[in-house]
Amino acid sequence: MLKVAVKKQFGNFTLDAQFESPTPGVVALFGRSGSGKSSLVNVIAGLLHAAGGQVSLNETVLLDSERRIDIPTERRRIGYVFQDARLFPHLKVAANLNYGRARAHGSAFVSFEQVVSLLGLKPLLQRRTHQLSGGERQRVAIGRALLAQPQLLLLDEPLASLDSARREEVLPYLESLRDQLALPMVYVSHDFDEVLRLATYLVLMDHGRVVAQGGVAEMSLNPALRAIIGSDAVGAVVDGTVLGPDTQSGLTRVRVGNGELNVKLAGYPVGQPLRVQLLARDLIVATLAPQGLSVRNNLKGVIASVTADEDDSDLIAVDIGGTLIMARVTRAATRELGLVPGLGVWALVKAVSLRGHTFSAAA
Amino acid sequence: MSWLTPGEIEALHLSLSVASRAVLCSLPVALLLSWVLTRRRFPGRTLLDAFVHLPLVLPPVVVGYLLLLLFGSRGPIGGWLERSLGIHLIFTRNGAALATAVMSFPLMVRAMRISLETVDRGLEDAARTLGAGPWDRFLTITLPLMLPGILAGSITAFSAALGEFGAVITFVSNIPGETRTLPLALYSALQTPGGDAAAARLAALSLSLGLAGLLLSEWFARRVRHMLGR
Repeated sequence: MLKVAVKKQFGNFTLDAQFESPTPGVVALFGRSGSGKSSLVNVIAGLLHAAGGQVSLNETVLLDSERRIDIPTERRRIGYVFQDARLFPHLKVAANLNYGRARAHGSAFVSFEQVVSLLGLKPLLQRRTHQLSGGERQRVAIGRALLAQPQLLLLDEPLASLDSARREEVLPYLESLRDQLALPMVYVSHDFDEVLRLATYLVLMDHGRVVAQGGVAEMSLNPALRAIIGSDAVGAVVDGTVLGPDTQSGLTRVRVGNGELNVKLAGYPVGQPLRVQLLARDLIVATLAPQGLSVRNNLKGVIASVTADEDDSDLIAVDIGGTLIMARVTRAATRELGLVPGLGVWALVKAVSLRGHTFSAAA
Repeated sequence: MSWLTPGEIEALHLSLSVASRAVLCSLPVALLLSWVLTRRRFPGRTLLDAFVHLPLVLPPVVVGYLLLLLFGSRGPIGGWLERSLGIHLIFTRNGAALATAVMSFPLMVRAMRISLETVDRGLEDAARTLGAGPWDRFLTITLPLMLPGILAGSITAFSAALGEFGAVITFVSNIPGETRTLPLALYSALQTPGGDAAAARLAALSLSLGLAGLLLSEWFARRVRHMLGR
């Protein structure tokens, strides 16, 4: 368990945030820029001093202002991947990697060879840091942090300064890090796609406060998230399991709740956990069993709630066997179809509008 | 070096020796002061800053005079040095080195401060998260990144030290073989009837030395920039 409770005043801005997240796992600190995410991470690292606060990881207390415990950064064993990589310009890549390794204490949980192969660093080792691309710099920075053998890894928007191609180049490395090392991570981001792909726990921040926290699936239905990412990006995130390929269509069948989704993905083994986001604006609600439609996905459920959303529309939450999904429909449709809680409905979504993200069984 | 007269060789040798001692001895002090002035906030910082820069604005004769008062045989520091350590500064090349060091000190501190200000504190924070304590960070990150400034400062200070005149002649006089450095030798030649040719030769020597210093400093700066990947 990672426990964080921090109070700090900066001019007009007050950081007053608490969260508790399960370990190992990836906690995403998500919020607009200026919401205090980076400051919170800096307090966890000990680079920023909090007036009052507690930070503890499992049984290790790193900061407790009441008990006057404040372990200095260099002894916290917290790896930090900065947005701007911060590689040492006077050292080659290999020497950058060895910087933390030479200063690591205790038993090594990851070896030099393991980090080099996990992050694909072999061809970069003899390079100078200014000869690296943005994505390569971040991979080296991640490797350098890992080799210091940290007990917690902080990543402060590590992809924010990269273009989308470079981002796609680094993301798979972060996914394999999460799945292959049982290392707790705190991932700061203002990009919800990154959160969807990486996070196991989500902490929403706004104006220096934690407004909501919980598992990603649970948080995807939270109105506080809608306030940050906007109605168009809102949609239920469901954790499903791969049932197998659909031989006729080439799609992959995924179990979610008591229903089944066809997702445009291929090559995943049966039983692979898969996270699927169903954007509310892509879902269609029908009160009769649909016929003669091209839509591949047809989930039967019961309306759990109807909440007013902006622009004269409503968000309809549908319970599909213990799992909630959400559809955005116009208020006129709500009225005409008589959509009220308790009503049995079908939720329809096109297979091509679904994206799945894999999580290994370990995460 | 047969094209130089023994007197010229002596002055050249003395100049180089005095300037190197001045630079080497003031280097650690300048490093410490530049760090304190850049990174620390304390009452009296502005005063200390002004004090360090005084030799830049004071007439060198005044600096020489103040050194005489402090480090002369009857001065508070000079007297103590003679009595307890047997070190004589007045009329010696060590004294010349001291006067030169004081005069070129602000140049060195200035160059170091500028380079320290350009060192990204974020890199030091990164080193901290990797387990480096304060001294470790300073030696492995800050100091190597300051290297261009340290080199530039040292070479500028060395070149200035070769030319220091007023403070040296006031503090340690003009003694051949002991304190008569190149500029002092040049001055003596000008004071001697028929010394025009000798003066011209010494001036040419000073000129070549200065030029070599500048070229060397540029070459070093390039090497270091390359090493740092800029």
